[in-house]
Amino acid sequence: MSLVNFTTREITCKIVYYGPGRSGKTTNLQYVYDQVPTERRGRMVSLATQSDRTLFFDFLPLELGTISGFTTRFQLYTVPGQVYYNATRKLVLQGADGVVFVADSQARQLDENLASLRNLQANLLEQRVDVRALPLVIQYNKQGLPPELVLPVEELDDAMNFRGVPSFPADALAGNGVFETLRSVSELVLRRLSEEPQK
Amino acid sequence: MTVDLNPRFTFDTFVVGPSNRLAVTACRTVSDHPGATYNPLLIYGQTGLGKTHLLMAIGQRARELSPDMTVEYMTLDEFVESYHAAVSAGRPEDFRNRFAQASIVLVDDVQFLTHSKEMQAELIRMAGAFQEAERQLVLTSDRPPGDIEGLDRRLLDQMDGGLVVDIGLPEYETRLAILRQRAAESNAAFAPDVLAAIADLDVQHVRALLGIFNRLQAFQSVHDNPLTPQQARALVLGEAPTVEPEAQPGEGADADSGEFDLFLSGLQASVTRQVEGWKTEIQNAISEWSGRGYDTSSLEALLEQDGPAATDAAVRAFEEQVERLRGLEAEVTVFDPEVARNPAFKSPDRIEEVEALVRGARAKFVPPPGPSDAFALESFLLGDATKMALEAARAVIAQPGTLYNPLTFVGPSGVGKTHLLHALGRALQAEAGGSVACLAAETFVEELVSAIEQDALSAWRARYRHASAFLLDDVHQIGAKLHSQEELFHLFNLFADAKRQMVFTANVSPQDLEGLDDRLKSRFVGGLVANIGPPDDALRRTIVRSRLQGRVGSDDNEIVNYLADRGTDSVRSLLGVVQRAMNGAEAMGEQLNLETARKLLEEPGRAEARTSPPGRASGVIVTSLSALKSAEKIVWDWPNTTERVIEELS
Repeated sequence: MSLVNFTTREITCKIVYYGPGRSGKTTNLQYVYDQVPTERRGRMVSLATQSDRTLFFDFLPLELGTISGFTTRFQLYTVPGQVYYNATRKLVLQGADGVVFVADSQARQLDENLASLRNLQANLLEQRVDVRALPLVIQYNKQGLPPELVLPVEELDDAMNFRGVPSFPADALAGNGVFETLRSVSELVLRRLSEEPQK
Repeated sequence: MTVDLNPRFTFDTFVVGPSNRLAVTACRTVSDHPGATYNPLLIYGQTGLGKTHLLMAIGQRARELSPDMTVEYMTLDEFVESYHAAVSAGRPEDFRNRFAQASIVLVDDVQFLTHSKEMQAELIRMAGAFQEAERQLVLTSDRPPGDIEGLDRRLLDQMDGGLVVDIGLPEYETRLAILRQRAAESNAAFAPDVLAAIADLDVQHVRALLGIFNRLQAFQSVHDNPLTPQQARALVLGEAPTVEPEAQPGEGADADSGEFDLFLSGLQASVTRQVEGWKTEIQNAISEWSGRGYDTSSLEALLEQDGPAATDAAVRAFEEQVERLRGLEAEVTVFDPEVARNPAFKSPDRIEEVEALVRGARAKFVPPPGPSDAFALESFLLGDATKMALEAARAVIAQPGTLYNPLTFVGPSGVGKTHLLHALGRALQAEAGGSVACLAAETFVEELVSAIEQDALSAWRARYRHASAFLLDDVHQIGAKLHSQEELFHLFNLFADAKRQMVFTANVSPQDLEGLDDRLKSRFVGGLVANIGPPDDALRRTIVRSRLQGRVGSDDNEIVNYLADRGTDSVRSLLGVVQRAMNGAEAMGEQLNLETARKLLEEPGRAEARTSPPGRASGVIVTSLSALKSAEKIVWDWPNTTERVIEELS
């Protein structure tokens, strides 16, 4: 799926936003969509339930144009967070070049975050993906909420980031941390692609 | 690397208000008259207030007025990187030359100069040079120069000598003007008071203001109804509904969206670094080796390939070839530096040609003349007249190049200077190894003349310049030979710098040498001048006894005293007397004794004993053919040529 094709000079990256329900994955994509110039974004597809929760997945194709001589396309996906959509998550996760785990910073959501993280690992293992090698960043979303409701980043890191991957505090609704997260995962993905043998 | 100036960053697109009016005026002035007014100009202010915009506007305006003007813009990081690249390539002058061509140099974010002494020094030098040449230097910083930690006082003084101007936070009117200008640029229409409501917010810098503007524009583009001021404020404060995901192409955000542009530029850097890392590796190699003058066309060809296959191996192979070339170049420099200048030595593709050149130079190389085996230190007899010189010679053998350098033996003709010189040369060769050059000054001059005739001066010089020690006999013979003195002077400096030993002999003290350049005289005197005087009585008897040993009884004091008293002014004349007596006795078929000696040396018709050789005659011819060509050492007036003998002075 992912590709750095030196012959056709194309880079294609699939990045999946993973995380528990209502953690802000779609909001991330919406903010990105909001910032992208018209001519560079495709139609954002979002299949949502009547209660505005993601039912299937969001898909945002980004035509980033020619970067250093490569025609570059990013495909951003979100998975449905609700536990009963695991089959969809597996489907979306297939062929992912990088994963952004969007965690809900609220203290009461910690267990859901951990459950979702375990679910991510289980699904990756099932697909025979080396979890340690897959580019992963964690975003602690909703840091804009009142401090009494959210855990500080240090605590969230202690609880979830046992691999020491890059992590970012964010308030996706206001756009804070959204692009920092995307930039970080892109960097990791490109680094990994460049390390792989040419396809 | 110089970044192209962003065409959007001009004075026309910069909104002027009370907070930045002074800075803009200063910038306009320097762009209209680079180098003539405020030089250097430093603009400081918080991030996001337009420093980079102004910096680029200066460049744009100056180019507009004078299209041929060279403008260099770079961030401090790039400035430092450029310097380090030049230094690592061994060509720091390239860095300076590059800026020597520029009429205006614009350096962004100099606050990162903190504690960077090296770059500060470079900037001080550049600012000084620019002031002298009336070329313009403009810098930006996010803080006043006095607040930049560890900034050199001299740099502060230079900035004070130019103009330091700040950009303040934009006030309401300027913020509103900025928003209105951006709306006009992007053809965005907002309801009345929307922009005013945003300008009224406490936004600290322009970049944030433009980000907010983009969000407003994006939001409005996907809604049917125009935003109200309240909605705009709510949106900015994070209370607005999110953008409809189904928004249609054409209704999207402004193409100049700040965050997205930042993301793209970051991505570009990532692609360059990660995906195109192999190209970077090759380009770095090209930069390094072309900077050192090597032909990198084979590396450049690699950049044309599609992918990074075998890049590492190709670069390594290139570097190995370069190392081989450098080794060959070093080797051939010893033989003939002229050959090393062949461009093939800078082209890894021509390594076989280079190897052939080195083989040829090696074959043609003639080592410098060395010390003669005829002379040994042990046979140089110790006496009062020779004691100092002999001790000095031994000290030099123990510490060549460091203790007495140069060492000059001074004494009249025939006292053993040449003996000691060659004996010392042999000892140095045995101790230190390498090639010891030991020759007569006359030979030195002849070789030089020959090298000039054959246009082989560099090869001739190389012979001596790579010797481990340089010993020159009869240095007084190069008096008035200016070219020889010039060559000797350069050799002198080379050997002194490299702490390689030099030894000379002369018939008079160096200060009294006629026709010798003062700079050479002073160098001789800077070492040790050791005198060798005529042999005293005891030494003369020792010498005679030593020569007669094995031929007559060394305890025959009569003949020893007689012969010793007949040659009193030099070892050479004494040896001549002894030699003639021995040869005469042998020719007469008699035993050499006092009576025979008197007959031979005193009776008319016999060969006359001379107390001193006339002109350059003596009784000894020394074997070292190449080293001792001096006529002084050769006697041509023996009774017949068959009696010419070659003997060792031992």
